[in-house]
Amino acid sequence: MTDVPKFNKSPWVVHFNCNSCNGCDIEFLACLTPLYDLERFGILHVGNPKHADVLVVTGSVNHRNSRVLKNVYDQMPEPKVVVAMGVCASTGGIFADGYNVLGGVDKVIPVDVFVPGCPARPEAMIDGVLKGAQILEAKHSGKTPLAEKNVITRTPTPVAAPAAQEKGASHA
Amino acid sequence: MIRRNTIPFGPQHPVLPEPIQLHLVMENEKIIQALPAVGYVHRGLEKIAEKKDFIQDVYLAERICGICSFMHSQNYCQGIEELMKVQIPDRAKYLRVIWAETHRIHSHLLILGLLADAFGFENLFMRLWKVREQILNIMEKTTGARVILGVCAIGGVKRDITPELGEYVLRELDSVEKQLPELMDSLLKDYSVKQRLVGVGVLPKDKAHELGAVGPVARASGLRMDLRETGYAAYGDLDFKMVVGEAGDCYDRTMVRVKELYTSLDLIRTALKRMPQGPISVAVKGSPPADEVLARIEQPRGELNFYIRGNGTRNLERFRVRTPTFANLPALLHQLTGCELADVPVIAICIDPCISCTER
Repeated sequence: MTDVPKFNKSPWVVHFNCNSCNGCDIEFLACLTPLYDLERFGILHVGNPKHADVLVVTGSVNHRNSRVLKNVYDQMPEPKVVVAMGVCASTGGIFADGYNVLGGVDKVIPVDVFVPGCPARPEAMIDGVLKGAQILEAKHSGKTPLAEKNVITRTPTPVAAPAAQEKGASHA
Repeated sequence: MIRRNTIPFGPQHPVLPEPIQLHLVMENEKIIQALPAVGYVHRGLEKIAEKKDFIQDVYLAERICGICSFMHSQNYCQGIEELMKVQIPDRAKYLRVIWAETHRIHSHLLILGLLADAFGFENLFMRLWKVREQILNIMEKTTGARVILGVCAIGGVKRDITPELGEYVLRELDSVEKQLPELMDSLLKDYSVKQRLVGVGVLPKDKAHELGAVGPVARASGLRMDLRETGYAAYGDLDFKMVVGEAGDCYDRTMVRVKELYTSLDLIRTALKRMPQGPISVAVKGSPPADEVLARIEQPRGELNFYIRGNGTRNLERFRVRTPTFANLPALLHQLTGCELADVPVIAICIDPCISCTER
């Protein structure tokens, strides 16, 4: 527990289910419940984007929900951080070939942290949210401009996370 | 004159984890009409399935829904096996029942927790999800994954449950069963919880039949409909008893789910006891012939239908998914008409909506 970041604030999280199969959603909800307990870091799950500092997105973006996602993002006050949970939110994942799927969340809004996995394990999710909280602190103190550097969290299961970044970069 | 207002409910809403949008036409506090707006989670899965190899489609079918993932892959495998006339070993059938029933327990605990959260009982939500983690531990220990298991394959299953693991499963199930009564009493006998559930969102038996409701929603209204009675996989040998309610309100739907928790616990125990020795899978060669099949299975939310048509190649000609939530949406709209705005989250959660399944 040496590299647990120190926070001056309690980052509040809003969760948006974009185009997900629910696998990541229930794992993220499990992060908030007693076994994993994100609240011990002062992280609270809120329903209103206007109260939130961190936006957690699960699932890829399609033509219909991209507007909603942009809307939720725009309603959040600055500084804000976006965490893309799971491989679908990072690249489109298994559904990337779908006629309706635009790709990862980074097609619509700037993403700060990518958490790979299908579904991502709760440990990786907690790691991702904490990385996001660190970036939030840096943004708050004016050290990092908005979404300049993407962070990929480590995860216990090997998944194609670096490929996700390359693909995102080539399409940008 | 009373003015009519339209309130959008969703797709991003504090109590609803699912991105469905309901346009609620209101007269004061009363809902006159509820109109659904869907398409927020449409991924085009049926078309992707046609592009991929039919063996890869097992993993795709598993990702139709993350909550009842195993049952989707089980139904797909059963359909393909029927199409290719493959006889799978008996042990594989029992193992499928065990994982399907653990999935049912985890799904029911999940939705009961979300229901508790919807009427503002956060403590109960947390405690139900704590119990659910033990079920997830069983899945992780027996398959290696928590939510999307990836153990079902065409021709059987990929992992076996050894006798030691079986004993571990039984121990965990006993521990879960010991914790359940206290939690279920606060869900079913608490005065203030009853105020939110009894008589809310009533769906009479004839209306449930007419609107084509399935699963716990239909059973709570008194319809005897459970595909497990047909004895697919190993259910025929496991003394399965159906749970049926009568009032058709939110309370009965909750009660049906609570009783099904115990049924599932018993089914897993019986399956572990009666599981025969032998191989867990057979090799499957060739491709699905140019024929069609309708695969059906009982999911936690109700009856799941897959229509699969092959064309003699490695790719499928057509893959169609009809999920239980889709069948229950007309029933939901019927229940919402005439109710108060404050009851909308409870009624919506009580049909156990899974929009990710519905929109594929």
